[in-house]
Amino acid sequence: MSADSQTTIDPTLVGTTATGTDRQGSRVPWRFIGGRAVFYLFTLWAAITMNFFLPRLLKGDAVDSFMARSQGQLTPAAEKALRALFGLDKSVPLWEQYLNYWNMLLHGNLGVSISTGLAPVGDAIASALPWTLGLVGVATIISFLIGTGLGAVIGWRRGSRLDAFVPVTTFLGTVPYFWLGLIFIAIFSTALGWFPAGHAYEIGVEPGWNGDFISEVVSHAALPVATIVIVSLGGWVLGMRNMMLTVLDEDYITVAQAKGMPNQRVLWKYAARNAVLPQIQSFALAIGFIVGGTLVMEMVFSYPGIGLLLLNATNAKDYALMQGIFLVLVLAVLVANILADVAYAILDPRTRQTEA
Amino acid sequence: MNTPAEKTPATVQPVGAGAPETAVILATGPEGSTERAPEKTFWSQLKASMAMFGNAKSATGLIILGVFALVAIFAPWIAPTDPNSQNLNDTLQPPSLHHLLGTTHIGQDVFSQLVYGTRGVLVVGFLATIMATVVAIAVGVTAGYLRGWRSESLSALSNVFLVIPGLPLMIIVASQFQDPPLWVVAAVLGFTGWAWGARVLRAQTMSLRNRDFIQAARANGEPLHRIILVEMLPNLMAIIASSFVGTMTAAVLGLTTLAFIGVIPVSNLNWGTILFWAQQNNAFPDYWWWYVPAGLCIALLGVALSLINFGIDEYVNPRLRSAGERARSMKRRGLNINASVTQVRTAQAAAAAGGAASEGDAV
Repeated sequence: MSADSQTTIDPTLVGTTATGTDRQGSRVPWRFIGGRAVFYLFTLWAAITMNFFLPRLLKGDAVDSFMARSQGQLTPAAEKALRALFGLDKSVPLWEQYLNYWNMLLHGNLGVSISTGLAPVGDAIASALPWTLGLVGVATIISFLIGTGLGAVIGWRRGSRLDAFVPVTTFLGTVPYFWLGLIFIAIFSTALGWFPAGHAYEIGVEPGWNGDFISEVVSHAALPVATIVIVSLGGWVLGMRNMMLTVLDEDYITVAQAKGMPNQRVLWKYAARNAVLPQIQSFALAIGFIVGGTLVMEMVFSYPGIGLLLLNATNAKDYALMQGIFLVLVLAVLVANILADVAYAILDPRTRQTEA
Repeated sequence: MNTPAEKTPATVQPVGAGAPETAVILATGPEGSTERAPEKTFWSQLKASMAMFGNAKSATGLIILGVFALVAIFAPWIAPTDPNSQNLNDTLQPPSLHHLLGTTHIGQDVFSQLVYGTRGVLVVGFLATIMATVVAIAVGVTAGYLRGWRSESLSALSNVFLVIPGLPLMIIVASQFQDPPLWVVAAVLGFTGWAWGARVLRAQTMSLRNRDFIQAARANGEPLHRIILVEMLPNLMAIIASSFVGTMTAAVLGLTTLAFIGVIPVSNLNWGTILFWAQQNNAFPDYWWWYVPAGLCIALLGVALSLINFGIDEYVNPRLRSAGERARSMKRRGLNINASVTQVRTAQAAAAAGGAASEGDAV
C-alpha cells in the first residue's frame, strides 16, 4: 500500500523492517503475546459463562431429564440431592451458582454424566479426547500443507491449466463431510474392502505401543482423515491462490526477479511467505469448521472420540457431559489458535518489530 | 518491449487494488454504466449496486440459486406425490419413469422428498442468514464507526464467536428444545454464524470512516443514522453481499448436518433429513438413488453460492480477475509471466503483440 508512512523520521537512520529485526535479534514480542493472552482468557471466560447460562435460560436441565429418565422412581428428596450435586439448586441465587460453578471448574470437576452411569464427565472425556485430537491434528496439518502448497503453485502459474483445480476443490469443499464419509465407506470399505468402515481398532487387538496396534489405528483412521482433508482442502487452496495473485503484483516480487533470483526462491521465499500470513490468520475460522467436521465424521465412522460421545450425550439429554465436551473443545481450539499465533509471529517480523 | 500504459484494456486497476475499500469506491465506474448519469434515480442506483453480480460467475451462481428457489416455491406442482405418502407395495425401487429417483424403505418417492426438502433448506437457510446478517451489520458497522473501548469490546465479542467452534454449540443449543420450531432452528444457525460478517464489516467501516465524504457529511451536521444508512451502507453493499452468501453456505451445511445427526426434528423435511433416514435404514451402499441426489443437491447449492462469492471477490479485487487473463494473453504471444529476464523481441513480433499487451510485471 502507498502513502501511509509518516516521513518525519529519516528512513536511512531507521532502516527497513528487515534491518530493524536483524538489529533486534530474536526479541520476544511481549506486547503481541500479552494482547493475545488477554483475548484468549476473555474467550475462555465467555465460553464458560455461556456454558453456565445456556441450560439455565433454556428449558432443559440435567436433573429434569434425569428425573424423566428414571420415570418417577426417584423421590423429591433425591431430586433435591441431585440438584445440589449438579449445582442446579433453584433456591440458591444465580450469582452463587455461578461462583460454585467456577469453583467446581477450577478443581477440575466438570460434573457427573448421567448417560455413563454417573461417572465423572472428566473421565469420559479424557478417554475420548486423544482420538479426536489425533484425527483433527493430523487432518488439519496435512490439509493445510497440501492446500497452501497447491494454492501457491496455482497462483504462481496463473492462467495455466492448473486453474482448473480451483473449481474442483471448491466443489469438494461444499460437499458435506458426513456425506462424503458415507460415500467413502460405501466405495472403499464395503465395495472394495481396502479400509475398515468404522471404529478406531478391531475389538480383539490389545491397545499398546506395538506394530500391530499402530498399523490397526492407521488403517482405521485413513478414511476419516482422507475425508476431512479432501473437504477442507478447497478453502486453503482458494485463499492461498487469491493471496498469491495479489502478492505477485507487488513491487518487491518484480525487484527480486529483476535481481535475477531463481524462480523457486522468488516463489517460496518471497511470494509464498507473504501470501501465507492471511492463511494463518484465517486459521481461527477454519479450525472451528474442521473440528465440527471431525465431530460428524466420528459419528459416521463410529470413531470413539469426542464426536461420538457428543452424539450419545445429545441422544441421552446428558447436559453435563455436553457442556463438558463443549468446554474441552473450546480449550482445544484456543490452544490451536495459540500455536497459529506462534507460527505467525515467527513468519512475520512486523509482530516483533512493533515492540520498539 | 515497452507498451504504452494507456493501451491497457478495460480492466481498470485502481491504485492499491489489493485494498477492497478502494475498489468499492471506484466500483460504480468501470462495471456499471460507463458514463456518469446526469442525475441519480432509484433505478440507476439499483443497477449500479447490482453490478457486482454482472459477471459470468456470479450470474451462473444466481441462476442455480434461482432454480432452487423456484423449485422450493412451486414444490407442490413439481413433486409428483406427497413426500410422506407411503406405498408399501413399492419399497426400495430403483429409479424408473414412475419414480424418477426411486423409493425409500417405506415406498416414499425420493424425488418428491428432494423437491420438498429444497423448501426446508432454503426457508431455514434464508431465515438464518437474514438474522445473522442483520446482527453482523448492526455489530460490525457500529464497531467500525465508534472508537475506543466500545469499538474494541464489540470487536472482541465477534472474535469470541469466531473462535468458538460453531457445530458443537449448535448441537447443544438445538438439543435444549424438545421439538424446536423452524424459526428456532434458524435462530440457532444465525446465532453461531454472524461473527465473520461483523468482522469484515467493521474493518471496512473503519476505513470508510475517515474518507472525505464521510467527514464532509459529519461537518454538514448530518445525523448519525443518516451517515450510516445513506452514506456508508451503499459502499458496504459488496461486503454485505459477500458475507451474506458465505453465511448462507455455512447455514445450509449446518442445517443439513444437524438434520443428519437427528438433533432437529425429522418433521422438518430437508436434504439432511433424507440422508438421516437413508443412514438409519442401511441405504449405504446399495440404494444409491436414496442418498446420492441429496448430497449432490447440497454440494450444488454450495457451488452456486461460492460462484456468487467468486464473482463479488473479482469485482472487489480486480487483480483476481486480470491476473489469469494477463498471463494467458502473454502466453499467447510466447511470453512467460514468471520469466525474470526481459526478452529482446524483433520489431515484427512486437508489432504483432501490439495493442492488447498490458504492463506485465516481468516484461
